[in-house]
Amino acid sequence: MNVSPALDERFRAAAAVAKLLDVAFDVITDTPVGPLLIGVTDHGVCRISYDPDSERHLETLAKQFGQRVLRSSQPIDEVRRELDEYFAGRRRHFDLEPDLRGLSPYNQQVLTELARVEYGRTTTYGALAALTGNPRAARAVGTIMNRNPIPIVLPCHRVVGASGSLTGYAGGLDRKEHLLRLEGALL
Amino acid sequence: MIPPFEMFYEAHRDEIYRFLERRLGRQRAEDAFQETFLRALRAYPRLHTGDHLRAWVFTIASRIIVDDVRRRKPNAELPELLTEDGRPAYEELAPLTDDLPPKQRAAIVLRYGYDLDYDEIGAALGSTEQAARQAASAGVRRLRKEKS
Repeated sequence: MNVSPALDERFRAAAAVAKLLDVAFDVITDTPVGPLLIGVTDHGVCRISYDPDSERHLETLAKQFGQRVLRSSQPIDEVRRELDEYFAGRRRHFDLEPDLRGLSPYNQQVLTELARVEYGRTTTYGALAALTGNPRAARAVGTIMNRNPIPIVLPCHRVVGASGSLTGYAGGLDRKEHLLRLEGALL
Repeated sequence: MIPPFEMFYEAHRDEIYRFLERRLGRQRAEDAFQETFLRALRAYPRLHTGDHLRAWVFTIASRIIVDDVRRRKPNAELPELLTEDGRPAYEELAPLTDDLPPKQRAAIVLRYGYDLDYDEIGAALGSTEQAARQAASAGVRRLRKEKS
């Protein structure tokens, strides 16, 4: 006999309750932008990814936050709830704390500025760079947006090119467009 | 290289469950299963190497079996952990210690492979701290003799 699904889930829940996990993750399947892999630590939400294949995330999560990475559903309930509300148009601001440990100071600074870009607004890579005191760093800011570990909650979809074109999005331009339409920033 | 816990858990959960179920029956195996992997999680950050993780988790499970049996029947024979199935705890160091008697081999692997204390080794083997210490040093003497 192999481990029953019930026992497996019981252990995964107990591990989270006992606070023994560096990262708890799970996949949310029913969002308008497709399945999302969510990672959570004691410090907050540390990962949102459009690539739900957990095998591709385990090593990087372990390297950044610690080896005790385990799928466990209960710890991500709060993220699930806020995202549901956001996608339903009932939430304009996330109360979730982003966990940016392990990122370079400049990276953290840019993502912290990014978090201030409001729902329904857009900004440009250059403007965001200027806010970090580095007006010529638009390209670096673009790279940081591209590698944003917590998209949607950290709204890199609100950053567009100087000409107003959507430019790019790690999750694909379709998703960027979907999010901006949802927020009323695109008609 | 120590793998993320999810990979370690997925790789070993089924065989650990079967190991526990054979010895404890289904109901007690379920509690022992959870306890095994919770203990593994607690100890995980202190691991220095990802070698022999399978042997390591079997050792934890073995200790839980011993504890369980002791708790229920303090005077009972302790379960034999060195059966054909129980061997996993040591088999990965087989090339080095294969010629030793089982207890000496186990003591050496747990002492030098996992850095367990002798009282823990005694518990894992269902014997005493002193017996574990003696088994390890007898094993080391024997290995030295063979190498020279």
